[in-house]
Order: sequence, then structure tokens, then C-alpha cells
Amino acid sequence: MSHHSIEVDGLCYRYPDGRVALENVSLHVAPDEKVALVGPNGAGKSTLLLHLNGVLRPAAGSIRVAGLPLEDRHLGQIRAAVGLVFQNPDDQLFSTRVYDDVAFGPLHLGLDEAEVRARVATALDAVGMSAYADRSSYHLSMGEKKRIAIATVLSMSPQILVLDEPTAGLDPRARRQLIGLLRGLEQQTMLISTHDMRLVSELCSRTIVLDGGHIIADGPTQVILSDDALLERHGLERP
Amino acid sequence: MNPVFRERYQQGTTALHRLDARVKLVMALLLALGVSLTPEGVWPVYALQWCLIAAVGAAGGLSAWRLGRAAAVALPFTLAAAALVFTTPGEPVARAGGLVITGAGLARFLSIVLKSWLAVQAALLLAMTTPFDDILAAARSLKVPDTLVAIVGFMYRYLYVLVDEAQSLLRARAARSAALPGKPSGGSLRWRARVAGGMVGSLFLRSFERSERVYAAMLSRGYDGRLRGFAPPPLDWRSAGWAALPVLLMAVTVVLAFVFRSSA
Repeated sequence: MSHHSIEVDGLCYRYPDGRVALENVSLHVAPDEKVALVGPNGAGKSTLLLHLNGVLRPAAGSIRVAGLPLEDRHLGQIRAAVGLVFQNPDDQLFSTRVYDDVAFGPLHLGLDEAEVRARVATALDAVGMSAYADRSSYHLSMGEKKRIAIATVLSMSPQILVLDEPTAGLDPRARRQLIGLLRGLEQQTMLISTHDMRLVSELCSRTIVLDGGHIIADGPTQVILSDDALLERHGLERP
Repeated sequence: MNPVFRERYQQGTTALHRLDARVKLVMALLLALGVSLTPEGVWPVYALQWCLIAAVGAAGGLSAWRLGRAAAVALPFTLAAAALVFTTPGEPVARAGGLVITGAGLARFLSIVLKSWLAVQAALLLAMTTPFDDILAAARSLKVPDTLVAIVGFMYRYLYVLVDEAQSLLRARAARSAALPGKPSGGSLRWRARVAGGMVGSLFLRSFERSERVYAAMLSRGYDGRLRGFAPPPLDWRSAGWAALPVLLMAVTVVLAFVFRSSA
């Protein structure tokens, strides 16, 4: 079963205080596609991402991830299929040691110890952080933390990678390294929420503009990024 | 690296460092238990126990001075027992104001101070030679409830983050605490208290929100209410035998203490 797809139809969500966060949002991401999700702060990007593995549940609409409808009985499988990388690595890296953080996902998938250790080694190697396994994540730089945060989901061998502002807070070199790392991950479908328009133009063939909980535009990155009026209206800029 | 909290752990490769964390945890607990079972006022026995703990410390490359100084953090807490100096019946030895200080009270208080200091040194034998993760893993494999171990782990992980946030709040306050020449700066005590209260509240809210994000991150990686970890490696019983020696010696000192007391 190799689906790698995201299908969201008519998704609505309200915050607990009643404000509308997402209104009739529909988007389909095909297997292995790399899609950027852009829009101003408070547009609902992070809220949308949290729906893709069932941390938040829609008030209305339907979500299918990796070919499975988002229901309680599929939650485990969906969370195994979707690797969600949070914006702040201090939220994602909650273990006292880097190694244990990368092992957390595979251990909770119920894999046996040898398989878990092999996956941790592969994931740390993929992000170039093998030497950091025994370190405490508190003492690492922002760029190092971000890469390890990505390793914590790569170790689960997800079909889909969902990243929330992967380059926020990085210095130029760490940012380049991270973009290089993401470009190397060809087997995963990717949905990247970001303000980094250069990342969008370098990495994503398709761009979705979200503002005020609505999808404003959805098309090839080149077309969207050359529409100055659209970018201006929604607080964005050309790369 | 944050200067406010320093790791107790000192890197090393001594015999004590290499000892299995589970063995060390049990050893430290039994040593502390021995100290606390020792009756009051048996000064020579306290000296013996101190020598014993210092000797184990030496096996871990820790000097008696360093252990003793690090254990001094416990001393302020012993002040809770200070009232004993006045309330224990016995021979009066001095008067402070309208209160009478008794010899028995003084002996009891000093015993508590010394015993607390020794017990903390026993705990430091573990903390200064074992990485924190290993202590947590040891606690887990000794059947301390998973949830409890996880909470301690989170506390350790986020204590540093919390201190960073508190420091940036303090820095932001300091940066705006300006003064003009000839004008009083800073406002009333009441106003300062409100500012400080606001900072504590903001820290609490940030921590609360962070805990929700951390929980979401755990759910995303398959957490379903049951924490899973690696199986602990098999225990080397020879090392356990090595650690039994100081525990036995501690037991001997406790027996000595009771003999000493009944003969005194």
C-alpha cells in the first residue's frame, strides 16, 4: 500500500473560542509532490497542518491521508504515514537525549529493538547528525535542532512529510543546509508551510496561498510567484 | 550553556562512573537510608560514615571537599528543624531572648544538620557520576512508575528552556528600566510587585502552551498513552557485589551507633 497522498475536502475548523480558523478548505496533494503552503501569520496554516495527522479534528469536511479516511481506527496508521515537523524544535525534541528523541517514533510504532536502532542510525545519518546521538538537544544550535527534528520523523519512514516553517530562525548557512537536506528527500510527498519564498521557489513545484482560513490560490509556483498583485494582497513578496 | 543551572554530572571513567546506574541508584538510596537510621548524638559514628562516603567518592574521582561543598545546598532546609533547639526538654545551656536553649535540643538539631548533609552526599555519589538519562533509565528499570519517570525527564529537559525564558523576560525588564536624572525610578513597591507578578503569569502561560505543543508532538509520533523505551541491558552481578561493600559497611556503622548509644 503506497499512497503518499493527501486529500482534504471542505474542511472547516473553529478555534475553541468560536473564531473560524479554516473555512471550506479543499486541497489534494498527489504522491511525491512537493507543495508549499504560504500566507500571512494567522492565516490558518499551522491549524491546517495539525489536521493532517488527526491532532486536530475537523468540524466539517473530510480528510483522507495516505488513502485512509481520518478516523479513530486509522489514527495509528495515519500518524505512522505522516511525519509532522513542528516549527519550534524545542517542542519536538522533548527527550533528554537526541538518540531517544529519534527513537521515540519507531519505538511507539512497536518495532523491535534492532529495527529501531537501525532506523535511528539511518535517520541521524540522513540529516548528518550521527555524531550528536548522545548529546542533550538543549545545548544544540537552532540549525542542528531543526535537522534533528526532521530526523525524529524520518526514523518513522513516513510517506508524507509535513513541515511547519522549517527555515524560520535559521542563519543563512543553516538555511542552505536545510534546503539541501529537504531537496535530497525525494521519496516523500511534502507539504511545507513557510514564509521563506526562496525556499518555495527552489523546492516546490506547486504553491497554495491560504489567508483568513480560505484557500486563495493554488497553482504552479512560477505562476503564483509572478503575480505581484496577489502576493501584495496577502502579505507576501517575491523571492 | 546556562550559568544558573549546572549539571551535577562530572564526566569521568572511574570505577564509580562505570558502575551500572541501577546498582548505583540502589547503593545511594541504601547509604542515605543508613544515615537516616543512625540515632542522634553519635558523633564518632557520623565521622565514620563521612569517611565511608568520602572513600566511595574517591573511587569516583570526587574529593571529600567537593562532595561536602556540593552537599551544602541542603543546609538551608535543615533550618526547618531549628525550633528543636528551644522545644526539646533538657539542661538549659544558654538563653536567647525569652527562650531557653537546651543541650539535648542543640544535639538533636546538630545531628539533623549533619545527617542531612551526609545523606545528600550519598545522593551526590550517584548524581555526580551518572548522566541524568542513565538515572532515569535506572529508575524505570527498577519499576518506578513510567509516568513519574517521564515527568522528571520532562522537568529536566524543559527546566533549561524555562530558565532561558525567565532570563529573557528579566532582560527585557532591565532594558526598559531606565532612569532620568533627578527623578525617582522604578515606581512603588506595589507597582513592582505587579510587574513581577505579570512576569510570573506570562511564564506560566508560555509553559502551559508549550506543554500542549509538546503533547501534540508526542501524539504525532505515535504516543497513545503508554510510553515505550528500550529494554534495559542485562545486569552485571559482579558490579553489584562491588557496590554491596559500602552498603555493608554503612550497616556496620548503624549497628555501632546503637551499641555506642546504649553504652553511653
